[in-house]
Amino acid sequence: MTQIAYDKIRFFYFNKKSYLIINNLCHLRSPLFYFSKSSVVILSLVAFILLFNSFTNDNPYFYISKKDVELVIPKGFPKLVYEFKDNKITPDGFLLGRYLFYDPLLSKDNSISCAFCHQRFAAFAHIDHKVSHGINGLIGKRNVPAIQNMIWQKSFMWDGGINHLDMQPLAPITNPLEMNEDLKGVIQKLQHNPEYVERFKKAFHDTIIDSERILKALTQFTGLMISSNSRYDKFIRHEDTLSTTEFEGLKLFRSHCENCHKEPLFTDNSFRNIGLAFDTSFKDSGRMALTGIPDDFMKFKVPSLRNVEITYPYMHDGRFKNLEQVLNHYAKGDFKTSNFDKSILRNVGLNETEKARIIAFLKTLTDKTFTYDRRFADPNYN
Amino acid sequence: MNYLAKRVVFIIVSVAILVVATSFFNPSNNNKGKHRISVFFEDYVRDKYLKLDSGVYKNGFGQSYTVSRLRYYIGNIHLIKKDGTEGYSSSEYYLIDDAGPGSNIIELNVDQDDYSSINFIIGVDSIHNCSGIQTGVLDPTLGMFWAWNAGYVFFKMDGQSPASKSTGNMLEFHIGGYKYPNNCIREINLNLAPKGIKKLSNDYSVITIKADISKVFDAVNKIDFSMVSTVSDFHNATTIADNYKTMFSVIQ
Repeated sequence: MTQIAYDKIRFFYFNKKSYLIINNLCHLRSPLFYFSKSSVVILSLVAFILLFNSFTNDNPYFYISKKDVELVIPKGFPKLVYEFKDNKITPDGFLLGRYLFYDPLLSKDNSISCAFCHQRFAAFAHIDHKVSHGINGLIGKRNVPAIQNMIWQKSFMWDGGINHLDMQPLAPITNPLEMNEDLKGVIQKLQHNPEYVERFKKAFHDTIIDSERILKALTQFTGLMISSNSRYDKFIRHEDTLSTTEFEGLKLFRSHCENCHKEPLFTDNSFRNIGLAFDTSFKDSGRMALTGIPDDFMKFKVPSLRNVEITYPYMHDGRFKNLEQVLNHYAKGDFKTSNFDKSILRNVGLNETEKARIIAFLKTLTDKTFTYDRRFADPNYN
Repeated sequence: MNYLAKRVVFIIVSVAILVVATSFFNPSNNNKGKHRISVFFEDYVRDKYLKLDSGVYKNGFGQSYTVSRLRYYIGNIHLIKKDGTEGYSSSEYYLIDDAGPGSNIIELNVDQDDYSSINFIIGVDSIHNCSGIQTGVLDPTLGMFWAWNAGYVFFKMDGQSPASKSTGNMLEFHIGGYKYPNNCIREINLNLAPKGIKKLSNDYSVITIKADISKVFDAVNKIDFSMVSTVSDFHNATTIADNYKTMFSVIQ
């Protein structure tokens, strides 16, 4: 019998077997009889993988290990403000925080999640949106800031109104122009969701769902959003080089911008008025609206410049759509309001080459390791 | 049963239960020298109990008003002994809610001694305002927390007045703020001599503190509802705080 004829017979038997099984006729010899050795090995491997996956139920891309939630302080970063002392990070706590961050049930009508405005690919800012958006198409009054290196921040929001990272999520959740929900509503929805009851149980060892746990789980997730692997960081660590233009930009940056945008966080956490014109439609008086102190008029938090390339538009109200416009504001020197920070005067008269170099440097602060970090991916795609 | 009667019955019943309950124990055993004091906070408008919703009152300008909600935080209670030393101190917080039965009773376990004054704050101190999420009566779900300017609302009083120019003639006095220059925490010192502490048994006494709500609008600062009807940030906050500082007194 030739090889070809033999293969045909095998093929025939194989199909006959399928046929017989379909017709529920089982008076066959052992199924192995009809397979070659190699196909047995392959099939059993496939079966094993399918079985294994049905147990772990997790794509490795979304899996969070103990190592994934280890807090690693980047070299050269200052002392932590939020030390996780009363909020130990665990894989299950982090996972719970991640589900909450991506869950629209945090909003009144279950339509928008935190991630609605905080997009992962934009370092959790909102690309192309001047100000925040809310339920029912409502428009807020301030630009969505990036979420990064939060555990080194002393206060949050453009006006510094929030004094502790755990309390930060309350602001967008309760803002009537954003999620317009309250904690009681969120707690009720979570309590009626068996998946969340299970997740709280995993994270906190019992099924109690309260404000403390919700907020702390969110902090476990957002607190680990650390950006420290940009080309600038690698340059500082002698792992990468900067081009001549970028390096010239860094030097210019240090003499013109560093006063407020301090390395390595690129903010000094202070509030300053940079001479922007008062917007008569938003009527945003900045920090003065909280403190009532006249000198706080139009003072806003100095934002970090990490990932600035991908967090456009800029300023507290998103009035500048690109970095050129921002640099032009400083270079032009047409500063409004009398209490502007006089330290910005050093930037007046920056020429085109200098501006271009600074911008080239700023783009080295983009951290793709951070924006592509699988730990922060939307778990609903799992 | 009207509100006053309910209160009186509640107080009598709770005191009776306590007296009966304590009689089962031998106080000379492990409670030697220990003393329990119940501090009652009772909301009044001048000389009458505050009646939520139904009571109609007048401020110093003759403008009538009603009260639909009244809540405030009391904390850092200290008892000072006759010799001027501190006899009891606690960093606990209590949320007095006029609509919450029992929320106005604060139980203190103290040493048997002669106390001459009681000190406490109305508000929440800065540490509890900026140390992140708190539990118990400081849980933000209780509606006494500002999310946009993180911190507690120390004093919340809602109501209505025909003189108010706000929507629905609303009165809304939400007072908070722990930072200079808008700090609304106020310390209260009340003299307990000569009859401030009412001794009901060898190891149980009662202090009754009257909170006269009329003072909120009519004390060091006079509030005209046609000018000020809502306070929910720093505007006018310390004005009200200076008033509520004066609303407490010890009664028999």
